[in-house]
Amino acid sequence: MGVVPLGDLAAYVEFSRTLDLEVNALVQRLAVAVQARGAPYIRDVVPALGGLALHFDPGFEGNCVSAAVELVEGALKDGISVSADVLRTVTVPVCYEPEFALDLQEISQKTGLSREEIIERHSTGGYRVLMMGFAPGHAYMGGLDPKLAVPRRATPRAIVPAGSIAIANEQTVVYPYSISGGWNVIGRTPLALFDPERQEPSLFASGDRVRFKPIDRAEFMKLAVKR
Amino acid sequence: MIRVLRPGLQTSVQDQGRYGLQHIGLCPGGAMDPVALSLANALVGNPVTEAALEITVIGPELEFESETLIAVCGAEFAGSFPHPPGTLPQSRPVLVPAGGRINLGRASRGARAYLAVAGGFDLAPVLGSRSTYIPGAFGGFKGRALRHGDALPLKADSLELSRERFGRLKRKRERSVPWSAPSHTLADREPIVVHVLEGQHFADFDANVQRAFFDTVWRVASDSNRMGFRLAGPLLARTATDEILSGPTCLGTVQVPANGAPIALMADHQTTGGYPKIAEIASADVPRLAQLAPGGQVHFAKCSLEMAAELRKHTREAVQAQLRGIAWEYGN
Repeated sequence: MGVVPLGDLAAYVEFSRTLDLEVNALVQRLAVAVQARGAPYIRDVVPALGGLALHFDPGFEGNCVSAAVELVEGALKDGISVSADVLRTVTVPVCYEPEFALDLQEISQKTGLSREEIIERHSTGGYRVLMMGFAPGHAYMGGLDPKLAVPRRATPRAIVPAGSIAIANEQTVVYPYSISGGWNVIGRTPLALFDPERQEPSLFASGDRVRFKPIDRAEFMKLAVKR
Repeated sequence: MIRVLRPGLQTSVQDQGRYGLQHIGLCPGGAMDPVALSLANALVGNPVTEAALEITVIGPELEFESETLIAVCGAEFAGSFPHPPGTLPQSRPVLVPAGGRINLGRASRGARAYLAVAGGFDLAPVLGSRSTYIPGAFGGFKGRALRHGDALPLKADSLELSRERFGRLKRKRERSVPWSAPSHTLADREPIVVHVLEGQHFADFDANVQRAFFDTVWRVASDSNRMGFRLAGPLLARTATDEILSGPTCLGTVQVPANGAPIALMADHQTTGGYPKIAEIASADVPRLAQLAPGGQVHFAKCSLEMAAELRKHTREAVQAQLRGIAWEYGN
C-alpha cells in the first residue's frame, strides 16, 4: 500500500500500479467500508482501478496523508467483507445495427470474425465495472472476450455519440455524452447513462456486473423515445 | 429579476460546488475562485454557500427590474453604470436602483469576478448545488452560460431583503459604503508564484525536465477553460515508458499528456485520468491561479504537504476574519 497526496486536500491510496482484478475488487469493497466510517471531514471516496482516492473538506485541519492511512488501515483491520459487494447486475440494451456500430466493420477485419460472431461474443460476455471516471456516468468495464481485443483507433473520432458502447484492448467503455474518443464503437444503448434528475443519476456504479442485450432498431427507437 | 442585455464572454451561475459524487465521475465544479465568491456573498449578507454569477474576462451588461443589493468581488473590471451614469464600485455592497443597468466591461486585473445578489437566485439546486455544469448541461440557469435576453429570477423577497440589509449597514455613502473588502486572490504582479507538491509521477521525469518545470515562467494558454488551464512553455517529456494505470485526479492536479504540454485541472476537471501527474497545486493557491487570464504568467515553487496545509490554514483564517468584519458592518 502506497499513499501519495493529491495536493493537501486529497490522498491516493494505491494497492497496484497495474490492472489486477482481485485488487480492483478489494478497492471497491474498501471504498464502501471507508465511506461507511462516516468521517465528517471526508467529502468523496473514489475507487479507481488500482487504489482509492479520499477527498477532504477544505475546513479539515490535519494531514491528509496520515488521515487517509488511518481511515484505510482502520477499515482493513475491521475486515472487508464480501457482503459489502453490491452484486448488482445491470442489463444494458444495445443496438448493433451499422448506423450505431460505427467500427464493427473494422473490428471484423482486425479480428477475422463475422459481424454476427462479434455481436454474439460481445452480448454473451459477463462484464464488471472496474472504475467510474473521466466524465459523469462514464464506466470502464473489464471482461471482454480476448478474441475481440483490438487496439484503439489510430485517429480518435471528433465526436462519439452519447450512449455509444466502445471497446479497446480488453476493456469496454460507455460514453454518457457526445465527446471525442479513440475507442472502437461497437453499438449504442438508448438508455441515459447519466441523468441528474434521476434518483440514481448514474446507470452504473463501480463493481456492477453488466450484461449487454442485443436489440433491433425498432426497440432502440421505442426505448429512446421513453427516456 | 435581472435581464441579460449582453452575456459577456462566459457568465454562469456558480456556488461552492456539488460533493459526494466523484465516485460516479462527477467533479465538484463550483466557483473557480471560491474565496471571491464567499466575499461577494458576505457583502450582500448571504451565507457564503449561496450561488452568484461567475463573470469571466469580459463582463455582461445587466438590467435590474427592481432595487437590488449586489456586490462584485474578485477580478477588477472597468465596471460602469450606463444608467444611472457613474462607475460601479467593486468589493462592496451596492444598492442598484430599479431599472438600473450595469456594464462590467473588460477585466483590468484578474480573470473572474462574482456578482452576488441579496437572497440569491431563485433556481432549484441539482444534485445538491446551483452550480452550472456546462459539459453536462445541468445546474445553474438552464445548465448553460447566460445568453442575451435571459431573465434571471431572484428570490421572491429580494426587494425587501435588499432594502432591509442595506438599511442595516453601519456606514453608508450614497448607494454604497465608504469601505471595500480587499481581495485575497488577485496578484499585484506576474508571474504569480503557485506552490505545488511533487505529483505521483514526478520521478518519472528526468532531472532536466523536473528543473524546467520549476524554472519556467508558464503562460496560461488561450484554450484554457473551467476544466483545465493549458500551460504554454517547454514541452515536458516523460522518461519512463511503462503504461500508467488510469487513476484519480483532483482540483489542482498538473498532468502531462503525450504532447508534453502540462494541464492544470480546474473546477470542472475530469475525475480520473491516465496521464502522468507531475505536480499537485496547494489548495490555497488554486483560486489565485484561477484569477489568471489567458496569457497570464505563473511560476511553480515546490512545497511540502505541511507547508500546503499551513497555507490553507492561513488563508482560511484571513478569510474568516474578513467575513467577521463584514458581518460587523451589518450589525451582526
